[in-house]
Amino acid sequence: MIRPSLKGQRLAALFLLGLFLLNYPLLNLFASASQLLGIPVLYAYVFAVWALLIGAMALVVEIRGDD
Amino acid sequence: MLTAPIIVVASFAYVGLLFAIAYYGDKRADEGRSIIANPYIYVLSLAVYCTSWTFYGSVGRAATSGIGFLPIYLGPTLMAALWWYVMLKIIRISKQNRITSIADFIASRYGKSQTLGGLVTIIAVVGIIPYIALQLKAISNTFSIVLRYPEVVMPDQQSAPLFLGDNTFYIAMLLAAFTILFGTRHLDATERHEGLVAAIAFESVVKLLAFIAVGLFVTFAMYDGFDDIFSRAGQVAEMSALLTVGGDSGNYTAWASLTFLSMAAIMFLPRQFQVAVVENVDERHLNKALWLFPLYLLAINIFVLPIAFGGLLHFAGGTVDADTFVLTLPIAEQRPWLALFAFIGGLSAATGMVIVETIALSTMFCNDLVMPLLLRMKALRLTERRDLSGLLLGIRRGAIVLILVLGYLYFYLAGEAYALVSIGLISFSAVAQFAPAIIGGIYWKGGTRSGAVCGLAAGFLIWTYTLLLPSFAKSGWLPITFLSHGPFGTELLRPQQLFGLAGLDGITHCLFWSMLANIGCYIGVSLIKRPSAAEHGQATVFVDALKHPAAAPGSRFWRGSASVNDLLALLGRFLGPDRAQEAFASYARSRGAKSVNALAADANLVHYAESLLAGAIGSASARVMVASVVEEEPLGLDEVMNILDEASQVLAYSRQLEQKSRELEAATNELRGANQRLQELDRLKDDFISTVTHELRTPLTSIRAFSEILNDNPRLEDGQRTKFLGIIIKESERLTRLINQVLDLAKIESGNAEWHASDIDMREVIEDSVTAVSQLFKDGNIELQVQLPRQAPQVVADRDRLMQVMLNLLSNAAKFCERRDGKVTASLERQGDFLRVDVTDNGVGISPADQAVIFDKFRQVGDTLTQKPKGSGLGLAISRQIIDHFGGRLWVNSQPGVGSTFSFTLPVIAGAVAPGQRAS
Repeated sequence: MIRPSLKGQRLAALFLLGLFLLNYPLLNLFASASQLLGIPVLYAYVFAVWALLIGAMALVVEIRGDD
Repeated sequence: MLTAPIIVVASFAYVGLLFAIAYYGDKRADEGRSIIANPYIYVLSLAVYCTSWTFYGSVGRAATSGIGFLPIYLGPTLMAALWWYVMLKIIRISKQNRITSIADFIASRYGKSQTLGGLVTIIAVVGIIPYIALQLKAISNTFSIVLRYPEVVMPDQQSAPLFLGDNTFYIAMLLAAFTILFGTRHLDATERHEGLVAAIAFESVVKLLAFIAVGLFVTFAMYDGFDDIFSRAGQVAEMSALLTVGGDSGNYTAWASLTFLSMAAIMFLPRQFQVAVVENVDERHLNKALWLFPLYLLAINIFVLPIAFGGLLHFAGGTVDADTFVLTLPIAEQRPWLALFAFIGGLSAATGMVIVETIALSTMFCNDLVMPLLLRMKALRLTERRDLSGLLLGIRRGAIVLILVLGYLYFYLAGEAYALVSIGLISFSAVAQFAPAIIGGIYWKGGTRSGAVCGLAAGFLIWTYTLLLPSFAKSGWLPITFLSHGPFGTELLRPQQLFGLAGLDGITHCLFWSMLANIGCYIGVSLIKRPSAAEHGQATVFVDALKHPAAAPGSRFWRGSASVNDLLALLGRFLGPDRAQEAFASYARSRGAKSVNALAADANLVHYAESLLAGAIGSASARVMVASVVEEEPLGLDEVMNILDEASQVLAYSRQLEQKSRELEAATNELRGANQRLQELDRLKDDFISTVTHELRTPLTSIRAFSEILNDNPRLEDGQRTKFLGIIIKESERLTRLINQVLDLAKIESGNAEWHASDIDMREVIEDSVTAVSQLFKDGNIELQVQLPRQAPQVVADRDRLMQVMLNLLSNAAKFCERRDGKVTASLERQGDFLRVDVTDNGVGISPADQAVIFDKFRQVGDTLTQKPKGSGLGLAISRQIIDHFGGRLWVNSQPGVGSTFSFTLPVIAGAVAPGQRAS
């Protein structure tokens, strides 16, 4: 049985973090035509944040012990 | 190469494979060896979110707005982080209440309302039909495109005749057959379809692999990796604008509103509710789904932008619809098998969505729209039919066909007007209307049925007016002036600039107004009136679902009488008699009853039956049907509130219990103490008896010895004889005294002593007792001084007893003053409300250890074994008892070698003075 716990709060925090990172105005900082390793910096930013969020969520959910 | 027969055969082979998987899944489920009971299948089934709209439409939208397609997938990612709270709660509520659709969920939450269930169903059906049409359109278009291989030709517009002449119609009917076969095999109280879920999961794998295959081909075979595509795109003016947040998503409001819409969609799309909640095997699967599902979304989106730019670069000039790039790029590059794989991938995306969505909608349609209506029509005499399970299945099958036909019609009539993405967003906006009623419903007990009805209705109306009707106008079904000049030329009411609100895109505009009306009405109307008893009961069951996971919800709110057979018969009519019998038997086993007949028709059984029925015909209808066979006593709001208060009462009760147990502990301690005192007293009593017998034996031995001497020696000298007789008499007196004292003490201690209380003058008592012992003092050559005040107040006491005390104290003093210059003082003085008497001697004194025990029975100072006792050892004990009896105190102060002072006090009578003194 899943108990609402520290995990839930960490996930909620990730939700808020994602909400800020993937919206105006932070998004606008990367809305330039420059490229990073051949990839438009905006695309790189969004996909990187996306992947990191998923990684963080996986970490929160899968790490056992202190819930 | 890629000819029509190959494509058709491949398509049918693919659908046939789906049938096989679904069949295998169902077979394994029947055997109790589920193949879907693991989190990975759960994640893949959730991926039914990615439809042909994702498969083809994302690329299309990326080609016009760059990164603007992403919020549709970022929203669910963010929402997944909240699943831990929200989805878990919804799943648990649904399992506890056997909720089988989103309409049922909302209806059940607001007092099992049929109105609400019907309204939600209508919104869902109207909102989702275009979405289904979109899938049909995708299948139809891509089929005709791939047929023209190796040419890249866009499909003709509206060339095929309606229905029988149209391939799309056959596709729709094939999907209906599949859905009917695996979605409505039998009526099940949980509405779970394992075979179907297995097939959907398989489809999710196929579409992901197909899309990635095309993506890899475009990125690395057609071009030289990501950087190559992006740098080439950057050199084209129109495309370089897409590399930023340009295009028509240039305003971030659209970005935010799309994020919100997709967050609502991932929760409340009927098909998502179906796979995530209804088909959920184990809520722990949510753990993995939480991050694996977003990962799936990320994976299927990585190649969207490269394919979009690759397509734009390859098909310069806009002759090819960007929605078809996934298919047309492999065709253009002459890759027949990749093109076929892409087509199958798109097919899997579309069919997966259609199948699950149709099942979800048909369940709602049957349970929350048709059944309540049929059951209400008395003329049908439906409630008297023996077995309704066939009818129920019939309705569902009919609903599946109807929904697909409606979807087909929408596609046929309006499908060409819109790009894929726009149609999808219309549906998203429709289901977003469920958000306030559901989220509010599981976190806020105050939401009422009226509030939910008003909110949903208002939101739905605004959605219709600002999004659906404009789409009709753009399709030519309504005059286009409706959009540009408003209805009847009223500019203020222009659907896409309502009340003059301009500057927002259509979706955001609709979202703003509909959410304002929806949330406003939901909260506002809810606050007008108190919820009814039924609503309040359900509100508690929903809002507190995570607090009482084990409690049988709902049964607390039921009271009445029922019979097991009636319930069984009712259930049998909807589920079939065998299934009903089976269900009751397993319930009986879980309750420890021997058989179904041994069951008591209590609230729990009624609730169990109702929840089983709810799985088959929806909670609102189930409520009505159960009510028809049992006699219910409606609970008043007060009673429901009382039941709800029980929790707090239990809390208070447990606090009381704690208090009681503390008191009990204290009482136990007291008892233990009392017991110890009793044991001590018992021991003292034993000591007392042994001491008394010892004390009695001493004079007895003496008397006996001298009597025997006198008896054995008749010729004893007279002097001797007299002496011995004197000893015998003395010892007899001592024995008598001792026995008297023992009796006296026993009387006093048992409370049987006779007291003759009277007002007495203490001075007289002292003087009399001094006179009585004066001979003793003269014999001992001891000086006796008496110090009495001129007057003293009277005390209430027994004169003889006080004499006894004084004589005891004085004779004790005389006994212990054996020195030649012995001196004893008796004095009387008043101390406040007490008279105090002191008897002081200058004898050997008493050691502090002896002072503590001197008032105990038979305690004498000195060693009684070696020294001849000077008294009975009871005098001081009796004296203390007497003084205590009259409310005074007796104690001793002594210094060994200096002397002792025995003192006692007696309370005076207020204001009383000895009468004799008054005269003087």
